[in-house]
Amino acid sequence: MEKLLHVSSSPHVRSKAKTSTIMLLVIIALWPAACFGVWLNGPYAAAVLGVSIGAAVLTEYIYERLMKRPVTVGDGSAVVTGLLLGMNLPPLVPLWMPVLGSVFAILVVKQLFGGLGQNFMNPALAGRCFLMISFSARMTSFAVSDGTLNKIVDTVSGATPLAEIKGGGSFDLLSMFLGTTRGTIGETCTLALLAGGIFLVITGVIRLTVPLAYLGSFSVFALLAGGHGMDFPWLAAQLCGGGLMLGAWFMATDYVTRPITRTGQIVYGIILGIMTGLFRFFGGSAEGVSYAIIFSNLLVPLIERLTLPGGFGIKRKGGADK
Amino acid sequence: MGLLTFRGGIHPDDGKALSKNREVVPVEAGDTLYFPLSQHIGAPAVPLVQKGDRVLRGQMIAEAGGFVSAPVYASVSGTVTGIRPMRMAAGSFCDCIVVENDRLMEEVPYEKAEWEELKGEEILNRIRKAGIVGMGGAGFPTHVKLAPKDPEQIDTILVNGAECEPYLTSDYRRMLEEPDQVTEGLRIVLKLFPKARGCICVEDNKRDCAQALKKCLRPEDRIDVKLLKTKYPQGAERMLIYAVTGRKINSSMLPADAGCIVDNVDTVAAIYRAVVLGEPLMGRILTVTGDAVSSPGNFLAPVGMLFSEVLEAAGGLKNQAEKLIIGGPMMGNAIFDLQIPVTKTSSALLALTADEVSAMEPSACINCGRCAEVCPGQVLPARLAVFADHGEEENFLKYHGMECCECGCCSYVCPAKRQLTQSIKSMRKMILDKRKKK
Repeated sequence: MEKLLHVSSSPHVRSKAKTSTIMLLVIIALWPAACFGVWLNGPYAAAVLGVSIGAAVLTEYIYERLMKRPVTVGDGSAVVTGLLLGMNLPPLVPLWMPVLGSVFAILVVKQLFGGLGQNFMNPALAGRCFLMISFSARMTSFAVSDGTLNKIVDTVSGATPLAEIKGGGSFDLLSMFLGTTRGTIGETCTLALLAGGIFLVITGVIRLTVPLAYLGSFSVFALLAGGHGMDFPWLAAQLCGGGLMLGAWFMATDYVTRPITRTGQIVYGIILGIMTGLFRFFGGSAEGVSYAIIFSNLLVPLIERLTLPGGFGIKRKGGADK
Repeated sequence: MGLLTFRGGIHPDDGKALSKNREVVPVEAGDTLYFPLSQHIGAPAVPLVQKGDRVLRGQMIAEAGGFVSAPVYASVSGTVTGIRPMRMAAGSFCDCIVVENDRLMEEVPYEKAEWEELKGEEILNRIRKAGIVGMGGAGFPTHVKLAPKDPEQIDTILVNGAECEPYLTSDYRRMLEEPDQVTEGLRIVLKLFPKARGCICVEDNKRDCAQALKKCLRPEDRIDVKLLKTKYPQGAERMLIYAVTGRKINSSMLPADAGCIVDNVDTVAAIYRAVVLGEPLMGRILTVTGDAVSSPGNFLAPVGMLFSEVLEAAGGLKNQAEKLIIGGPMMGNAIFDLQIPVTKTSSALLALTADEVSAMEPSACINCGRCAEVCPGQVLPARLAVFADHGEEENFLKYHGMECCECGCCSYVCPAKRQLTQSIKSMRKMILDKRKKK
């Protein structure tokens, strides 16, 4: 029999980019910072990352099999969630913690709300905050194994640079930029995170809108309300320290949980910056990025509704042409 | 100076190299021709002939069925064998006057004229009588377009030579081979609008056309040739007006509201032939192309001949085609049968060996926002498609769903391969249909 023709509504051509391509690019962009974390903290950190990724992928696979739904682990989004969660954990956490965090992230935050594209907050950060609240001592202990301690520009107290600054201590800006400080596995190396972020911008995965609005509004807030006046080295330390770079480039830009409208993205970035500042300077902890992002995630539907694009050639109320 | 353009849009593979350098070749009509009574927007034409009548090439066989309508002319000489419905490119049926071709090509005499000596009204009459409609695809009767409510308001006549749709090269060949017909046609239109300037708009991948057109200009002409950035959908009417004049119109406005009239290059060339030579619109340039076609090229095809015969003129298929499309890959119609007559608004026949749409299964939307970035209508295709799928008309309208121009950019870029344009298009059709019924 003659081969039948395909008939469908236009358009009849598609671009080559797929969801899995995008996820792969994100993984590549995270690679330098993750590798640096493993180099700094030793092979155990690699185990934490590996277990975190494995648990995330496995949770998604098992859930989808049990629910008799198409298995979507191939799109790579679970790998990204697992990797991000691992990078947000201190280097010496017991291995059941990344498992618990990944299961929470994938099962509760992502799958129970409908799977990819339906989660209302960033799964990796939700997983981290869940662990933070449940096991705060373990999540804020930034000890490193003896073998790799010499790589870290010390710090007597064993605290992260941000905690030291908050306690009135000094900081070494260069080591904070290069990442040879204490912190979670993936957050310390500003250089590698910036490189990854720029890679994502160049490959068209993310736009500069959210990171710039976030870092910009945070800087302004820090200078105005941080209590240090126009202290620029201190501001630089605030930008390099903690989870800000990892958050601004890789988690605030998460497609699903940021507004889709351009104006909305600016508003979202500004809210993130202010919230991070509030948590860091007026809260109990020196950190604030994770909470700022997941709280702002909750505001996204509202932001989006308020910033709907007008449509080409539609006159706004008041008669001004958009 | 930067190239003129708009916000959004995409850069698909243009595929034009296949047929770009092939000169236009006339094709001979087959034994039977089918002249659809509705090749335009508006009332269908009313047949003037009966079964058994002998008709000549250039004879009016159906007259306009109202003001917004256009007459139909026979493109061959022969005998009328009846009127029967035929399937059209979009899938619906349309009554066609069937003419048995006697291959004598006996032609009626045409009444030539010096257009400089004609009054505006006479020019419009000649255009109306020739059955000219927008040949870019919409098929709006040209005499209606050229008679706006307030002609004084019109300050720009845009001639659309963007040809942004991939694979299509018919307008390109028209501008390259007969630039004088385009410029002369525009001069005629400008006579109707003494206050307006003419502007022939060409994408910058067709600089040779711009050169050829410029050579045909005279110092006293009120005509510019402007280069536009090569980007799809640069040739969409609203995008073109914005790129050239900076004025924005929405979906419920007419170009005249922005002081513009937009005509396709082929339409303007047809205006020249109608007004100066007295020739009605009986044929058009078609691009037959795609990786399944033996020898892609551009053909001057008489209206009424079947696409199957046009394909034969291009040597038939060399590979098994998986998808046949009338029009371009972004906005054309996929067909399952080539027994479809060529109309005044057909522009191409595309035969592709692979169907990229069915090859990629849609997956969940990841809210990446690419659809919103490329959308020239500046709406949120991802949200509109959900509203469309759920039948939420109120939300669809609130999110400006009617501003969609169905260009297909959102479906093109979607990494989750969702059928965004398709969903939105269906919803728009339903809403428009509802409005009509009221």
